[in-house]
Amino acid sequence: MAMRMVGMALGKNVAMVVVAGCSSVIQGIGPKNAYGYPVLNIAFAAGPAAASGMWRAFKQRNKDVTVVVWAGDGGTADIGFASLSGAAERNEDFIYLCVDNEAYMNSGGQRSGSTPHGAVTTTTPEGKKENKKELLFIMLDHNIPYAATASVGYPHDLMDKLRRAKEVKGFRYIQILTPDPYGWLFDPSKTAEVGKLAVQTCYWPLIEVVNGKVRISNESLHCLKKETRRPLKDFLSVQGRYKKLSEKDYEELEKFVDDLWERILSMIS
Amino acid sequence: MSLEYQFFPVSHPSEGAGGKTGNWRVVRPVVGDRCIGCNACYLWCPEGTIGVKGRRAEVNYEYCKGCGVCANVCPVKAISMVSES
Repeated sequence: MAMRMVGMALGKNVAMVVVAGCSSVIQGIGPKNAYGYPVLNIAFAAGPAAASGMWRAFKQRNKDVTVVVWAGDGGTADIGFASLSGAAERNEDFIYLCVDNEAYMNSGGQRSGSTPHGAVTTTTPEGKKENKKELLFIMLDHNIPYAATASVGYPHDLMDKLRRAKEVKGFRYIQILTPDPYGWLFDPSKTAEVGKLAVQTCYWPLIEVVNGKVRISNESLHCLKKETRRPLKDFLSVQGRYKKLSEKDYEELEKFVDDLWERILSMIS
Repeated sequence: MSLEYQFFPVSHPSEGAGGKTGNWRVVRPVVGDRCIGCNACYLWCPEGTIGVKGRRAEVNYEYCKGCGVCANVCPVKAISMVSES
């Protein structure tokens, strides 16, 4: 779903590096199923490194091509993080898209660094005990020119961000929340709703940081005050993965959201 | 809100490249009279099988997987999911 939107937004002259995941499977079958642009399939840890080489090669040949890395949250937060951090530090000129479905969904739903507190995965049957890794803030600490978060619940917001990212030179990081019906245990037809609920309950912020300036998307503006937020329960109750959530875990999650927004607020002022 | 987004790369592999849906679909979306042609279903459909032609949405049943996303995102609830059997 998110991939369609990326395609709509970026336009022509794109080359993509796909890190192992479901999207490597889609283009797997036969000649008819290929994407409409050059794709390099590569191992988890090598994605950003390969993209760094790729844009340099394009530059040497004087071609104006946007290099895009498409990686899951496992390939971003855990396995691929070393090379990602290195590429961000060198300020390589490509777009890094992290498709965050909050577990290793292609291999059967194992926990990743990006799985939130209390969520049941196949390797954490009692619910995860740790909080989600806050990738956006980690990437912001690299002082990259562009970083943003988006959700498939709001495609126009996602597309606008992608277009703005295309104009910026340097390392660009966008994290997209993609609800996964089979890992999060909800009905597939509710994918867009869950993506929206995550934003409405302020669990997922929609923000954009350009050269250190924070801009909060309209959909997320109500989250700035605690009273106007939608209760987190609405988001958790539609998903089966939070079934084993105790009162204490719920408070922990609420605190996580509060801390997240406090941090964003402190960045604005 | 402009809807002149290009279709370019990702989303448009040749139609139904993974094969036609066959007979395993359980429910199918049926567009009713209330459709206002707002393009929301087109925007969210993961398969790219629904689109507005003229003033009404039309579904390509050969490749529709019956996931039901379109019925859920429709603002006027014009799409209903009907059982195949």
